[in-house]
Amino acid sequence: MPQLPPDELGTTGQPRIGTDEWVASVEGRRERRSGLTGQLLDRLEALPFWQPLLVVGVLAAIFPYLTDSDYVVRVGFNALVFALLALGLNIVVGYAGLLDLGYIAFFGFGAYTYAILASNKFDLHLPTVPAVLIVIAASALLGLLLGLPSRRLSGDYLAIVTLFFAQIFVTFTTNANRITLPWSDEPFDLTGGPNGISGVDPYSIFGVEAVEVTSYFHIALVLVVVGMLALHILSRARTGRAWKALREDPLAAEAMTIPVNRLKLMAFAFGAATAGLTGSLFAAQQIGVFPQNFELPLLITVYAMVILGGAGSIPGVVVGAVGITVALEVLRGPAEARLLFYGAILIGLALAIRPWLRLAAVLVATVALGYVVHFVVGSLWPRSVARPPAESEGLIGEFVDSWMLLPTEPGTIGNVAYVVLVASGLGLTLIRPAWRAFVLPPILYLAAFVFENRLIYQPSVTRLLVLGALLVVLMNARPQGLFGTPRVEIA
Amino acid sequence: MTGDVERSGSGGPDLAAARAGEPLLELRSVSLSFGGLRVLDELDLHVDEGEIVSVIGPNGAGKTTLFNLVTGIYRPDGGDIDLDGESIVGLEPNAIARRGIARTFQTIRLFLNMTVKENVMAATYGGTKTGPLRSVLRTPGARREEREVERLAEERLAFFGQRLMGYRWDQPAYSLSYANRRRLEIARATATNPRILLLDEPAAGMNPKETHEIAELIGQLRTEGGFTILVIEHDMHVVEGISDRVVALDHGVKIAEGSFEQVATSERVVEAYLGTKAASTK
Repeated sequence: MPQLPPDELGTTGQPRIGTDEWVASVEGRRERRSGLTGQLLDRLEALPFWQPLLVVGVLAAIFPYLTDSDYVVRVGFNALVFALLALGLNIVVGYAGLLDLGYIAFFGFGAYTYAILASNKFDLHLPTVPAVLIVIAASALLGLLLGLPSRRLSGDYLAIVTLFFAQIFVTFTTNANRITLPWSDEPFDLTGGPNGISGVDPYSIFGVEAVEVTSYFHIALVLVVVGMLALHILSRARTGRAWKALREDPLAAEAMTIPVNRLKLMAFAFGAATAGLTGSLFAAQQIGVFPQNFELPLLITVYAMVILGGAGSIPGVVVGAVGITVALEVLRGPAEARLLFYGAILIGLALAIRPWLRLAAVLVATVALGYVVHFVVGSLWPRSVARPPAESEGLIGEFVDSWMLLPTEPGTIGNVAYVVLVASGLGLTLIRPAWRAFVLPPILYLAAFVFENRLIYQPSVTRLLVLGALLVVLMNARPQGLFGTPRVEIA
Repeated sequence: MTGDVERSGSGGPDLAAARAGEPLLELRSVSLSFGGLRVLDELDLHVDEGEIVSVIGPNGAGKTTLFNLVTGIYRPDGGDIDLDGESIVGLEPNAIARRGIARTFQTIRLFLNMTVKENVMAATYGGTKTGPLRSVLRTPGARREEREVERLAEERLAFFGQRLMGYRWDQPAYSLSYANRRRLEIARATATNPRILLLDEPAAGMNPKETHEIAELIGQLRTEGGFTILVIEHDMHVVEGISDRVVALDHGVKIAEGSFEQVATSERVVEAYLGTKAASTK
């Protein structure tokens, strides 16, 4: 930025006070990236937001044609649905700083509203465009209503109230198949209860019905790209600035002409409208809605995505959403889960241990320890290495087979090892950092033992455990999330 | 919005001159209690258009409480507060700020994780009107308003010489030094285009050179910015240098009012600061 000459600084020609040599000498102190990657990063950052977005969007649009498998495209669609949800939550949490734990209910509300408006349930079959518009408006209205307590509540209190709302929504949809009406003896069935609503109409835009999952993938992709662009512009405009100001300091924002309560309601409504729209897309693709689609684990997943990616960062929350969706999907298969498990451990160690030499020593020691244990215990008690590892094709399988103890009856010893592992993990935090390197190899080997003997056979538990561990490690290394900017609370 | 932004930028001093001498802010027998204790008791205070009035008093005298009352953070138990002849009691703080009362805080309250420029731009919210939809669609009106907001922010930051200029525009507010944070708070307050500025201890924590600078700047805020100023200050050199009138508070009661000399020599003021013994031996 060129330095203004002093006489241009003021509105009048008076001599100015307030010379500042730091400002004058800034160019000499500016940090510059060096090397080829540095130049590339500089170039990338200089691009306007929409250009990389367009490139990534086009690349993503080709993705369904690169695979024959409907399953892979469906995973992609799920990732985009989560990305939309994360974008909406980013408004409420990332910008306005409101801890809204009822968010997932709007997703469900949108899905149910669309299902009621366009299905065999009441034979309404509204065309897609008006139905979706009604869904968006109704969700925004509900968001306003739920936002009303936020006028008085903040932080933890708001979180509790909104959490109740999410729970009430699930309870309501599960039971609203027998509502007693004063003018009728027949109980009224609104939501189909535990059976949900099936036979939901597919999206139909300009007379073209979206049946294939690829079509839904593209619709979701367009929504994500448009949503990212809109949010990017909004975050740098009047409303976005006001949201950030109220997140930073509501009292100061209020004193600076910003109507804090109205902006909170607006954030709630915008987030709810996004979630509602996403819900309608979800319902149309799934051709049905069920109460268990909208339970609390989903909320936790979306929050994990926003936090992992970096609350407040638009590319961040999308990357978080795609990353976690794919990770959860990959963890379904033992071979992929193994890769992710060891990969996560390696990344965690690389982030936590300095210098590199110590990291190398820990890794070598762990591998060596494994071979020694395998040899000694294996020769004393052959049954402890008799079982082949799960899904053991390839080099990694061979390595595990020759390195890890795989007893024929892993049940009891695996459980004991798990308890010892958790205890030693906790104990690790109590030891001086300098000593940790010495106890790490046995603990790592123990972790691998637990994984190979217990976790790998229980994918549904494992994926949550691994994901949780991944989050803990990543959040310790980068509390602001992958793409977030570090925030200062007190300075 | 254009009119609003321009108002105090260029037309301010003339307006102030034309209306000089009329009460802009007026408190009439304002009282406030916290948990059964009187914090302010039947306080009368007025600030005329174009004036610089200082409020002094020992810690706990009720000075900041007075600011919180005027800006609508507290509501008085009794009495009335008028801005330009209209009562502002019961309005939300943001509505009071829109009517032209801006403040700084004793404990600096910046938007720490926003850039220096964003801090100032955020304060133009009340004076602008582009809604989220028009922002996203980037209509010509929205873009024009955005440019004006940016220009206003740059102008307000330029008020402090080089201090908040250049690369600092894009630095987060938390990276600023203490003195620069105080300056940024003042710049942010002026971006609301206030008629009256309430400055809560603008020189607190500054070194003598910076204190001198801030005293001079407060004078310029009136002459160039056209703002009427009510200031709480403990540094008596600053108070002496800038004030048209000084009001002394103690235990929520006004104990003296007048020129700096009158107030500084008032027996009750000396007593409030130093105790009865000092006052009697004087």
